[in-house]
Amino acid sequence: MRRSQPLVYATLLLAIAFSAFPLYWLFVVATRSNDVVGDWPPPLLPGGNFGDNLGRLFDADEANFLTGMVNSAIASVTVTVAVVFFSTLAGFAFAKLKFRGRGALLFVILATMMIPVQMGIIPLYMIMVELGWQNRLEAVIVPFLVSAFGVFLMRQYAERAVPDELIEAARVDGASTFRIYWTVVLPALRPGAAVLGLFTFMGTWNEFLWPLAVLEADNPTVQFSLSQLSTTYYTDYTLMFTGALVAIVPLTFVFIAFGKQIIGGIMEGAVKA
Amino acid sequence: MALHLTKSRPPTADLHPEPAPPRGRLLSRIDTRWSPYLFIAPFFVIFAVFGIYPLVYTAWVSMHDWEIAGKGEFVGLANYTALFADADFWNALVNTLGMLVLATVPQLVIALALAALLNQSLRGATFLRMGVLIPIVTSVAAVGIVFSQIYDRDVGMANGLIGLFGIEPIDWRADKWSSWIAISSMVNWRWTGYNAIIYLAAMQSIPRELYEAARIDGAGWLRQFRSITVPMIRPAVIFTLIVSTIAGMQLFTEPLMFGQGAYAISGGSLRQFQTVAMYMFEKAFRDFDYGYGSAVAWMIFLVIMLLTAVNFLITRKRG
Repeated sequence: MRRSQPLVYATLLLAIAFSAFPLYWLFVVATRSNDVVGDWPPPLLPGGNFGDNLGRLFDADEANFLTGMVNSAIASVTVTVAVVFFSTLAGFAFAKLKFRGRGALLFVILATMMIPVQMGIIPLYMIMVELGWQNRLEAVIVPFLVSAFGVFLMRQYAERAVPDELIEAARVDGASTFRIYWTVVLPALRPGAAVLGLFTFMGTWNEFLWPLAVLEADNPTVQFSLSQLSTTYYTDYTLMFTGALVAIVPLTFVFIAFGKQIIGGIMEGAVKA
Repeated sequence: MALHLTKSRPPTADLHPEPAPPRGRLLSRIDTRWSPYLFIAPFFVIFAVFGIYPLVYTAWVSMHDWEIAGKGEFVGLANYTALFADADFWNALVNTLGMLVLATVPQLVIALALAALLNQSLRGATFLRMGVLIPIVTSVAAVGIVFSQIYDRDVGMANGLIGLFGIEPIDWRADKWSSWIAISSMVNWRWTGYNAIIYLAAMQSIPRELYEAARIDGAGWLRQFRSITVPMIRPAVIFTLIVSTIAGMQLFTEPLMFGQGAYAISGGSLRQFQTVAMYMFEKAFRDFDYGYGSAVAWMIFLVIMLLTAVNFLITRKRG
């Protein structure tokens, strides 16, 4: 093709190398022992210490890493399922059903969508105290069961992806509105809902500030555990790196399995904006 | 989907072609009338309690002398006047804005270049796109750990690399400029590819004829890029600019992980890299001064609004 092609590939591959290197380095250090980490030139191949480091990780009392992993898994899955369900349900209503106050209610969603959650974190903490949810998993799940952005996204998607005739046809057949949602709308929304689910999962897994505020070190999320590692064992790099490596394993699986959908989702979202 | 419909319909239905009995009709009217509200209700109930209420209530808390023991006196704007005289707050704001610029500008410029490269007919396009997106599979705390080690004064790779050029090792955490660079590099690394994919999507929706016309007029590659590509993807640029600004004003995890040790929340011994989000956290959840912390939260919000407006104005003028 054009003369510049090889240069384009070379530049892109260089960019990818930059993107991948810190992750590779994460892997290398997690498999090494502490005495070689600071060597120059740095060790660039993995070693045989991973099992050892892993054992130390799960023994590290201050971090409660296993609890953190389990908590994060429970929270991420619950939040993802709920956000997808409630967002598709409300998105369908806003896109395809007629009801009084629709415009005004949609405006509320639009207006609050961009406001950062951090803003309300202090009163949110007070609510948790009232409910007795400090240091409990409910605190990192319940407030996040719905998402304004999710509703908006699913509304946009439903407008394009669900033909009115299908809904009408189902109504003529005597299907209830919920039945229409379940058998007609939800299947049509599946690609968009999958993307919403992926991003919700990654977002919940990565949530940092709020768990740090409301949970304690004995009942952490995985990110909280990582922060504990870095405050308590900050000279022990192989231990911290092993934790970081284990913490991104679920995300890596998601990325490998759904990478194409993730790219599609980002590109769709951008076209909308 | 058509399959579902035909399948769910029992054959006996055809034997009674008359309209449904009154009871069924009433039910169906109730269904069409109230179902929409039922469908949006879960969202609005949870969102009102855990989303909107805390947001509004933050303003109320910020006007009180409110600590862990409970609500104290109403103090009006006293927390805000104290905040305006608070050197630590201004320091945190300057740090945040500094890192915002260092993290946003290179990120978007490189993303633009990457998108232009990706926007050609390339073999293995999916592989290349996934490649630049690799950083988003990491969690922020993990990124913080890796980069903290890379920027370690004694054992870090960054100092090893600059040593090759004869530069003396830098104590990256010690100064404002060096810690800002280190922290911004984490943000840049993580989000450049993501923004590149957003720009790529925008570029792909530009009609090819525009480029052909420009080529006939003798416009070179750079000229085409400047006069067609960039103006046509402006909405995407504005979008990424606003998203990066909002995220940048809330920067928290990266500097916290970079800080290490027990006093990480203050962003270094001299607060050289404490952000406003960290300052809010410190006030509310370390000093338990909820009133003052809420005032910080509102200030963050106001600055975000202000910067978003500025973004809009600048990008509109340019067009």
